[in-house]
Amino acid sequence: MLKQCEGSVAIAEAVALCRPEVICAYPITPQTHIVEGLGSLVKSGALTNCEYINVESEFAAMSVAIGASACGARSYTATASQGILFMAEAVYNASGLGLPIVMTVGNRAIGAPINIWNDHTDSMALRDAGWIQIFAETNQEAVDLHIQAFKLAEALSMPVMVCVDGFILTHAYERVDVPSQADVDAYLPPYEPRQVIDPDEPVTIGAMVGPEAYMEVRYLAHAKQMQALELIPELAAEFKAKFQRDSGGLIRTYRTEDAETIVVALGSVNGTIKDVVDAMRADGVRIGAVSLISFRPFPSQALHDALAHAKRVITIEKSLSVGIGGNVSHNLRMAIQNPQVRMYTVIAGLGGRAVTRVSLDRVFREAMDDRLEPLHFLDLNHEIVDRQLERERLVRRSGPVAESVLRDVGGVTAGIK
Amino acid sequence: MSGPQRVKFYQTGTFTVGNRLLDISVRSIQSDADRHNSLNSGHRACQGCGEALGARYALDAAMHAARGQLVVANATGCLEVFSTPYPESSWRVAWLHSLFANASSVATGMAAAMKVKGRTDVRVVAQGGDGGTVDIGFGCLSGMFERNDDVLYICYDNEAYMNTGVQRSSATPPAARTATTPAVGPEPGNVFGQGKNVPLIAMAHGIPYVATASVADLRDLEYKVARAMEFRGARYMHVHVPCPLGWGTPTSDTIKVARMAVECGLFPIVEAEYGEIIGRRELRQRIPVDDYLRTQSRFAHLFSSRHLGGRDEARIAQMQAIADRNIARFGLMSARTAEKVNA
Ligand SMILES: Cc1ncc(C[n+]2csc(CCOP(=O)(O)OP(=O)(O)O)c2C)c(N)n1
Ligand code: SF4
Ligand SMILES: [Mg+2]
Repeated sequence: MLKQCEGSVAIAEAVALCRPEVICAYPITPQTHIVEGLGSLVKSGALTNCEYINVESEFAAMSVAIGASACGARSYTATASQGILFMAEAVYNASGLGLPIVMTVGNRAIGAPINIWNDHTDSMALRDAGWIQIFAETNQEAVDLHIQAFKLAEALSMPVMVCVDGFILTHAYERVDVPSQADVDAYLPPYEPRQVIDPDEPVTIGAMVGPEAYMEVRYLAHAKQMQALELIPELAAEFKAKFQRDSGGLIRTYRTEDAETIVVALGSVNGTIKDVVDAMRADGVRIGAVSLISFRPFPSQALHDALAHAKRVITIEKSLSVGIGGNVSHNLRMAIQNPQVRMYTVIAGLGGRAVTRVSLDRVFREAMDDRLEPLHFLDLNHEIVDRQLERERLVRRSGPVAESVLRDVGGVTAGIK
Repeated sequence: MSGPQRVKFYQTGTFTVGNRLLDISVRSIQSDADRHNSLNSGHRACQGCGEALGARYALDAAMHAARGQLVVANATGCLEVFSTPYPESSWRVAWLHSLFANASSVATGMAAAMKVKGRTDVRVVAQGGDGGTVDIGFGCLSGMFERNDDVLYICYDNEAYMNTGVQRSSATPPAARTATTPAVGPEPGNVFGQGKNVPLIAMAHGIPYVATASVADLRDLEYKVARAMEFRGARYMHVHVPCPLGWGTPTSDTIKVARMAVECGLFPIVEAEYGEIIGRRELRQRIPVDDYLRTQSRFAHLFSSRHLGGRDEARIAQMQAIADRNIARFGLMSARTAEKVNA
């Protein structure tokens, strides 16, 4: 059904359509409206046969999901930012145990400095945790990816993180087509666990594993993600056949056929990038874009093929691997394996800084003129950074960094004279 | 006194012998040839491990009460490690180990799954050591209590982080030597802090059932597990389990040492329902804490203080004061036992 609604509400409805049996909730901006929505659906009786548990921390949320999933219940939780770090140990544990939990991450920056706005630092921090990570570009895709996520997770017995840009998607009102229960039921069969804690067939799960087998167990997680490279496009195709919509898959190309310059990014910023591509195309520039939907597994072959003819690749990244630069671009370099391709990493939008068409247009043109440095920080205020560095050079007790920077930009914080 | 005299097991010397004096229907679960052996033999606990003994009795009692329909969440710790070196497992019960701090939450998830699947006949036990319960898992535990999730949580308290090599936990007694509270300096061993009485904290949540127990009285342990299983909602048991390796006691003395902890008043045996104490095990033969502390090399420095050139009277007295306070607080001595002590 077509409706105009908030992204979080649409996601909550999509999750409910998947008939989760256990939902664990712990609030954190910008995920709150999703779990609130699900709470109302359970409490009002719209979503039946579901235990909704208000836990006391994200660590407990993931742990409850682990216990429930191990007992064969379809389990769901959602978090963001500090929350995913607080549950980090259990995030690894869920994948290590091979439990098909689905979790929404309303992507948000990580403190300090504390910041509630969107970037991808949170999901990136857990990128090696063994979870499948898929990124939604629009709220429609967020809805559709959740439905695919349960099917994918359960097919592989492996957890899936659906990454949705905080505020930009979670709090945006957009037109969304929410599928019918009958269609979702036809697409997503009931959960049939591979392993289950059952008193009638008692098994030991979570045993101590030493050097003689640990590598094999970890490798199997990798092997499963390699299987996901096949399965993700299949599930997207099946989804399209049922719902008549292109959603999901490994990557989505946009005007890349004859493109010399290709821009790669995760999530909602692809919308802006496509607008810039259109405008530049109108000027006769051969530029295209690739929306990277699946970050884990990393679709190296699909990217290799899509980018094979490009002269340069620009990655727009909403996270910073401090001390080296980009996360996506380094993975991309592995995929392209061609030193002739010039690669640019543009760190953009950290802590919710707007990624504007004007700025993107500028860096794309600089790259095409070979004027862009390999690692660029979009719209970084160098003057303020230099001032802070100078302060630190001159004074030992230069004070707290964030507060000094805020003072320089004219912001207001407690205790600033 | 009317009716047949109650059998007092201590009079027979051993609990096994005492068992034979009873009618079959009331014999201990462990004496049943068809007991579940939930924690089977062949595991790798140290000889004389109190935790292995306690877990075996507790789980068999829980299995008995649940008619075999039991699932278990286990925290990281000695119990988890000695029972499951891959690919071997000593567990003859559906068993899941996730992490160190989350056994109570995992159990909450298990209970939720069973409820949603209409399997309310399946009961859930979570278990862990004192570290996994009193320290790192405390937040999850309190959450489980507060929500009154249908889980029996059993803490096996050996008073330190044994699995990692005997480091101090917040259940470690004052003055005890551990790897992180060495017996050096003017005040050797663990500090005298404020203590952290988790059974009382559990009671403060008002949950249906809270009990302490000890491997010194395995009948009582079995009884309490059985009693706990009669309730729905959150239940907590705190079981005292000496660790010969960590405490520095002969492996043959585990039960004796556990009994002395009870009889000196340092480990009170009590039972509470809905936040109110409803039962206590009175001391049979009160002993001074001295006698208990002397059995363990972790307290040896109290009796041969280099600093003081002999007994550390002040700190032994402080330990005695803790025991005295327990005895008064929980009413562990009736007039009769008090008389015996004074005589
Ligand atoms: C998050 C985390 N921190 C630390 C450890 C290391 N660790 C494993 S078992 C253990 C000690 C367990 O102590 P306790 O819960 O008292 O059980 P015991 O071994 O004494 O029976 C520790 C510290 C861990 N596994 N996970
Ligand atoms: S170290 Fe202590 S608790 Fe651990 S197995 Fe040995 S005796 Fe048992
Ligand atoms: Mg311990």
